[in-house]
Amino acid sequence: MAADALVELENVHFARGPHTVLDGVGLRITQGAIVSIMGASGGGKTTLLNLMAGTLAPQAGRIRVAGQDLQTLNFGDLYRLRRRMGMLFQHSALFTDFSVFENVAFPLRRHFRLDESVLRKLVLMKLEAVGLRGAAGLMPAELSGGMGRRVALARAMVMDPMLIFYDEPFTGLDPISVGIIATLIRRLNDALGATSILVSHDVQETFSIADYGYILAGGKIIAEGTPDTLRASDSELARQFLGGKPDGPVPFHYPAKDDYATALTGVWAAGEAI
Amino acid sequence: MAFMEFIPNLGRRTLRTVPNLGTASRFLLLSLFAVANRHFSIQQLLKQVYGFGVRSLLLMMVAAFFTGMVLGFQGYYALVRFGATSALGTLVALSLLRELGPVLTALLFAGRAGSALTAEISSMKATEQLSAMEMMAVNPLAWVVAPRLWAGIFVVPILCVIFDLVGIFGGYLISVPVLGVDGGTFWAQMQSNVAFSGDILTGLFKALCFGLVVTWIAAWQGYAAQPTAEGVGNATTISVVTASLAVLGLDFILTAFLFT
Repeated sequence: MAADALVELENVHFARGPHTVLDGVGLRITQGAIVSIMGASGGGKTTLLNLMAGTLAPQAGRIRVAGQDLQTLNFGDLYRLRRRMGMLFQHSALFTDFSVFENVAFPLRRHFRLDESVLRKLVLMKLEAVGLRGAAGLMPAELSGGMGRRVALARAMVMDPMLIFYDEPFTGLDPISVGIIATLIRRLNDALGATSILVSHDVQETFSIADYGYILAGGKIIAEGTPDTLRASDSELARQFLGGKPDGPVPFHYPAKDDYATALTGVWAAGEAI
Repeated sequence: MAFMEFIPNLGRRTLRTVPNLGTASRFLLLSLFAVANRHFSIQQLLKQVYGFGVRSLLLMMVAAFFTGMVLGFQGYYALVRFGATSALGTLVALSLLRELGPVLTALLFAGRAGSALTAEISSMKATEQLSAMEMMAVNPLAWVVAPRLWAGIFVVPILCVIFDLVGIFGGYLISVPVLGVDGGTFWAQMQSNVAFSGDILTGLFKALCFGLVVTWIAAWQGYAAQPTAEGVGNATTISVVTASLAVLGLDFILTAFLFT
């Protein structure tokens, strides 16, 4: 099975200043799968994606993508590897001064010298796949949030990547758009023979398309497995997260200095921490 | 007590500034040399030259016209006491070519194009457009920053030439038709007392340096901005203030050490 791993993380540590974000994360992502990484907001999920894409470097640990150790790659090799990756950003990140067509054409224009007619076919094919061929002439400002995300999806896969990252693909979308995006992720992943890594806190939608999932909490992987195994997990933290319970191992109350009764009855001076 | 706070604060500020300056310098060199990168495009450069130039042209011309007219009045006021109004043409031309042209062009450019550049790059960063570019294996320094940086270096000297010409014309309009200085003397004195390399080229050299510094500061402030709405606003303000002060400081250094 080791040969099938497209992305491998071993004991990855990452900190921003004094704040530890990832504390010894290890995971293996097999080729062709849709793998979800779930966890609370601000829990380091996006950081983890950036580490796998090589836009951030870990303080310790190893990250291998397609058999290459990201930490030993030079700038040119890393950029060559990125041509085989795509990323769907949380806010679409479309270029605001380009039309929908030019946004999708951008990677092709930058990397290949294609005949205009070939380029047109390739771009329209990808736009057709996300159902937006008719919107090719629109500007990003004229699109709804869901349409923008679909254009960004077309752009992320226009180079036929082997690995696609999705950063919170469902956030801020209406239920119809969420359904469309989820279907597209599954369909495109299988059609391209790609591998998808999905970062999300939307449990239901993610579980409907993911083959395997990891739950990240406190900078560590606390549970992993297929959606069914995760649902049956006996980790209390995993159950709190998947069940959406307000209190549990992740406390409802932000820690306070003294207890509630003292805080209410005690003399309080302006500016003093309660 | 206040003094005891002052020393560690100074140290902390210095420790923060020095690495920032280093990163900014590295950013400048990488961007300048990104012309060799395959994602640097001449079309992008021309688009920026056009954008910067057109954005600032009218502003420059109006400012230059008024500056020249004021120079005519003030110069006349000083020269008439010595009966030397025939030197008014020389005074207007030398003031503009050596000093006011480059400096005012750069200050206006910082306010007009520089602030827009910072806002543009920082909002591209805030909306993840720069990260998206990196993910598509296109170096944002080559595609976004380098064309703008080189455009600034080209455009500011060109704007400076226009500023000088319009300013001299404004000075002429006040000196000759309004104040009654002889037109022939005005131009003849100017022609014989303005040196091409000593006055005109040094002024253009200043403009070139200012163009580089203003665009560098504007691009860097945009690139290093906090990726939030507040960060974009802050970066724009800091960019204009820093660039303006840098132009005035650099002007002193260039004038004092190179062109005396």
